[in-house]
Amino acid sequence: MVNYPHLLFLTLTLPLCPLLAFALSLWLPQKAWRISATLAILGQLLATIAAAALFWIFLSPSPLFTSPPHTSETSRYYWNFVWLQLESIQFPIAFLLDPITAAMGLMVATVSLLVFIFSLGYMADDPNSGKFFTYLSLFTAAMQGVVISNSLLLTFISWELVGLCSYLLIGFWHQKPAAAAAAKKAFLVTRFADIGFFLGILWMQAATGTLLLYNNGHGILETDMLNGLSSTLAFGTITLSNAIALLIFLGAAGKSGQFPLHIWLPDAMEGPTPVSALIHAATMVAAGVYLVIRLFPLFNAAQISPTDSTLPLSVVTWVGATTALFAALLAIGQYDIKRILAYSTISQLGFMMLAVGVGAPIAGLLHLLAHGIFKALLFLGAGSVIHGCNGEQDIRLMGGLRKSMPLTFLLYLIGTLSLAGFPILFCGFWTKESIFHAAHSWPLSQVPYLLASFAAFLTAFYMIRQNATAFSGTSRSLHHPHESPPVMIIPMAFLAALSLILNLFLTPAWPWLEFYLERKISSLHFNPSAFANPEFLSTAILSSCLTLGGIISALLIYLRARGKEPLSSFLGPIYSALENRLWVDEFFRLVLVKSAQALSCLFAAADSFIFQGSVVAIAKLATIFAKIVDFIDQFFVNLWFDVICGGMKDWGTSLARISGGRASSQLRFLAAGLAALLAWLLFVLVVQA
Amino acid sequence: MITILSGCYLLPLAIAVILLLLPKNAQSAPKWLALLATSSSFLFALYLFFIYDRITGGFQFVTRKPWLSELGISYWIGVDGISLSLLLLNGLVGLAGVLFSWNVTEKPNLFFSLYLLVVAGAAGVFQALDFFILFVFYELVIVPKYLLIAGWGSTRREYGAMKLTMYSAAGSAFVLLGMVAIWALGASRGIVTMGLPDMLPSASEYSNFTTPKEQLWLFPILFTGFAVLAGLWPLHTWAPTGHVAAPTAGSMLLAGVVMKLGAYGALRVPMSLLPHGLEAWRWFFAFLGAIGIIAGALAAMRQQDLKFVVGYSSIAHMGFVIVGLMTLSPSGLSGAVFQMVSHGIIGALLFAVVGRMIYERTHTRNLQILEQLGLSQHLPFAAGTFLLASLASMGMPGFSGFVAEICILFGTWQTMPILLILAGLGAAFTVAFTLIALKRSFFDTPQKTSTQLQEPQELSKEATPQLKKEKFQKITKPEIIGALLLLAATILLGLAPGILMGPITESLHGNYFEALFQEVTK
Repeated sequence: MVNYPHLLFLTLTLPLCPLLAFALSLWLPQKAWRISATLAILGQLLATIAAAALFWIFLSPSPLFTSPPHTSETSRYYWNFVWLQLESIQFPIAFLLDPITAAMGLMVATVSLLVFIFSLGYMADDPNSGKFFTYLSLFTAAMQGVVISNSLLLTFISWELVGLCSYLLIGFWHQKPAAAAAAKKAFLVTRFADIGFFLGILWMQAATGTLLLYNNGHGILETDMLNGLSSTLAFGTITLSNAIALLIFLGAAGKSGQFPLHIWLPDAMEGPTPVSALIHAATMVAAGVYLVIRLFPLFNAAQISPTDSTLPLSVVTWVGATTALFAALLAIGQYDIKRILAYSTISQLGFMMLAVGVGAPIAGLLHLLAHGIFKALLFLGAGSVIHGCNGEQDIRLMGGLRKSMPLTFLLYLIGTLSLAGFPILFCGFWTKESIFHAAHSWPLSQVPYLLASFAAFLTAFYMIRQNATAFSGTSRSLHHPHESPPVMIIPMAFLAALSLILNLFLTPAWPWLEFYLERKISSLHFNPSAFANPEFLSTAILSSCLTLGGIISALLIYLRARGKEPLSSFLGPIYSALENRLWVDEFFRLVLVKSAQALSCLFAAADSFIFQGSVVAIAKLATIFAKIVDFIDQFFVNLWFDVICGGMKDWGTSLARISGGRASSQLRFLAAGLAALLAWLLFVLVVQA
Repeated sequence: MITILSGCYLLPLAIAVILLLLPKNAQSAPKWLALLATSSSFLFALYLFFIYDRITGGFQFVTRKPWLSELGISYWIGVDGISLSLLLLNGLVGLAGVLFSWNVTEKPNLFFSLYLLVVAGAAGVFQALDFFILFVFYELVIVPKYLLIAGWGSTRREYGAMKLTMYSAAGSAFVLLGMVAIWALGASRGIVTMGLPDMLPSASEYSNFTTPKEQLWLFPILFTGFAVLAGLWPLHTWAPTGHVAAPTAGSMLLAGVVMKLGAYGALRVPMSLLPHGLEAWRWFFAFLGAIGIIAGALAAMRQQDLKFVVGYSSIAHMGFVIVGLMTLSPSGLSGAVFQMVSHGIIGALLFAVVGRMIYERTHTRNLQILEQLGLSQHLPFAAGTFLLASLASMGMPGFSGFVAEICILFGTWQTMPILLILAGLGAAFTVAFTLIALKRSFFDTPQKTSTQLQEPQELSKEATPQLKKEKFQKITKPEIIGALLLLAATILLGLAPGILMGPITESLHGNYFEALFQEVTK
């Protein structure tokens, strides 16, 4: 018996509609790519409607759905099913619906839908566009699987499938060697990190016997289980919950491009731009953050006192803060319009991780949602720019696009200011603000807060650098840039509008979205005096100053730069280090790839020399031995044999004369022999009896 | 005495004999007859699988006739969930193998006759309940295998065939030795039997069949004997060489079924009969299995011949089977059996693509040449199949390999957590070499300059004469059907693993493995 079947149906609609579209368009030939695209968009549209409905049911008890009244504790639904049962071990597939699912599902569905529509224009001339939409549908299905999962197993399955889609779509233009290499790199790095996730899952199953997040008091995120996990020591002073959380974080860090596992994400920009927008900016790379937010109770288990932090959360904090700053620095040294955005994505993911680490998962989620929208906008804008410049991606070779692509410029500017966190008017400001607030009140150290503040300054700087270089000044392009068709502009306009509207729901005076996610929307009041809160003001004023400082200094430097890089002569070797991405990739290539290759040489050599060699040696020995035996045979045994045979032959000849040599007579001898044998057998039997 | 169960091996056997009687110039009759034999063998297995009573469990469809009663040998066949799963695998791979040999024109009647003998022998092993009968069927596989490779193989076929046969024969010698020893030990205590269920430690009257001390030396003899055929490291080198030398259907059977004979034998005989030996030796063999995972994956990374890559990947996958068996946990054991089936399907599919779809069209398996061809443009169906098979092989969710791996690794976690490091690394390396091979074989760019390559001479001859689309023969219908059959099987098992996992777990339930598991986890 399933409770609330209509809610389950709606929840399952999120992944199943795109999945159905995938399954159908798999069989369509490329000629029918329009049908594939229609199917994909239709499936996604249905999923978006379902997501909106799901989002709505947590607003208030609604007449459409007969569900119980939502209080802070009851607004969580889950449906657990057994996928595989081995004796007493159960591997479950389960689904979860709560405000976090609803908000995330709605964001993923909406962004996906808009990116799909954008792709109609962007991929229209591609010879494999049918396959493109097929893969995209599979991706959104798997991504929604991560979102609605109530079992670590389902999360892992979907997690691997989104990784697979990412691999297929980065390498979509596998004719480009760089794309094929990037796809491989992305898959390998994330798979390597996923070993940690997988081990965490195994350990969890072994320790608790379940992989369900919520299960009526017996799930791993519920108090009983958490108490058990945090009171058992795994090794040393590390508790079981800490060890498992750290392993899972390894997987999350790989997917979300946290330092030093970020190396795959910039290369992933070799994929088509809609893919970068959807997968490598808005949704999949945020899945790592989403996972940590989902499992926050596990990461937070065993907190001794509120002034302390658990080991996994500290790790998350430091990794997040480092990533935020590190990636922001590297973004300054890039010229590729998409790579700059990629580094900014890494940096923003670091912000989100930092938020979760300092104990504010909802702040992280808010930034995730807002970032999903404006980063998708930025990437689609970049796609529009690249489309308009006939495939050019180097910002030094653009310039003056403001005039030739006015709509794109306007929309891109909205995205830029949102990401930079322009005070008060743009949503990035509010979500970053709540992160700073949380980081500022972290009891252990203020360093992460300072790192993040510096990163926020750099964010404004590199975004304006990119914007000014590409859009202002005079055209340096070799082609004639042109504005993109409406099918590409309209989705961007939607995203821009969304990011502006979202602004209204994030202010401290009316933190609607935050209250929604924290399941206390009924106690929301409009409270303008929150602006005057000194705690809020202290961080807000600092971050506003930093952001404005970043914007102004970048404008001063780059508005007149005409595609040159003033910083490269000013900073010298430091800048070239940034351009070379601080050699992290080279480090990995040298250490990991080389050592794996060396090992593989070793084992291949062992196979062909030691094992094969020993077998060959045995065979050789056997041959030599055989030769010796043969020699002995030839010269000793045979000699005697020949002598005897010679004698026998003579004897035989004489015998043959007696027997006549005919077959019939030989048979007679045989019969006689048999008779003698039988007689002997009979005799033996008689004697025994 | 002729039941549906025995039909699984009798029909291929009978048709193998009929094929020998056909005139030599018969071209299409042999393959149709072979198709009839293998597909009915598969359907029989499928039918038995559906009517197998899961609630009762245990061995069903049993036939037992006294044969050499003085030696305690009887003709005794029957199946439980494990043997049924493997019978199904044998039927499926056998059927697909015929489809992928549809183009064999050289003495087809002899080829298919030998092929069916291997299928029949394997089917016999999977249903034999008497050690002696099992051994006879086990041996039946080896000789036709040799002739198949030596007669219809490709690269260094005599060498490969001989190496494979010598290894198998050495393994069989160990098994024979162990069999005689077990029989003699039993006989010295007045128990004359060869029936495997009779000799189980749980069958109380035979509980003192062998003493713990005797088991200590008996176990490694029997286990090594069987595990040679399962590709146990470091006795594995026959497998890549043999796979490469074999004709397509031959390597499909080798990877798909023959390697499983070894693992199945190891599970049925030494592991089931000699608990004390198992307990003493399990760490040793588990360790070898885990090294096999890493060694196979790493060696695969270095190979330039695509078939060698797949061959070494088989070693890695069979390493998972050995580790799973040695964990003794319900999850590990079921996972190991499931992995046998899963790898049987996936391995066969990989060899089919490499041996039939690629090699017989391009006449090369050298990755350095293949990466110049941009094959995905010319053979999209082959590329898609190879992509899916590679994903399945690296344990992607949605395919059967994932289920097997998660069960085996969970079992490892329960009883041998230290091995997880090796197995986990092995899994990562598996992804690495699979992706590299996938990229180089199908999805590489043709425009690379030939100066980067070591053998420009060979290249200019073979690759550069612009291989146009029309140069490659199109993928034929039998190939498509065969590939879809195998793909459907691995996806079905990946989505609904309970279909097989239920009967497998049921068969492992209630025997003494559970008691051992309790003991080792204490």
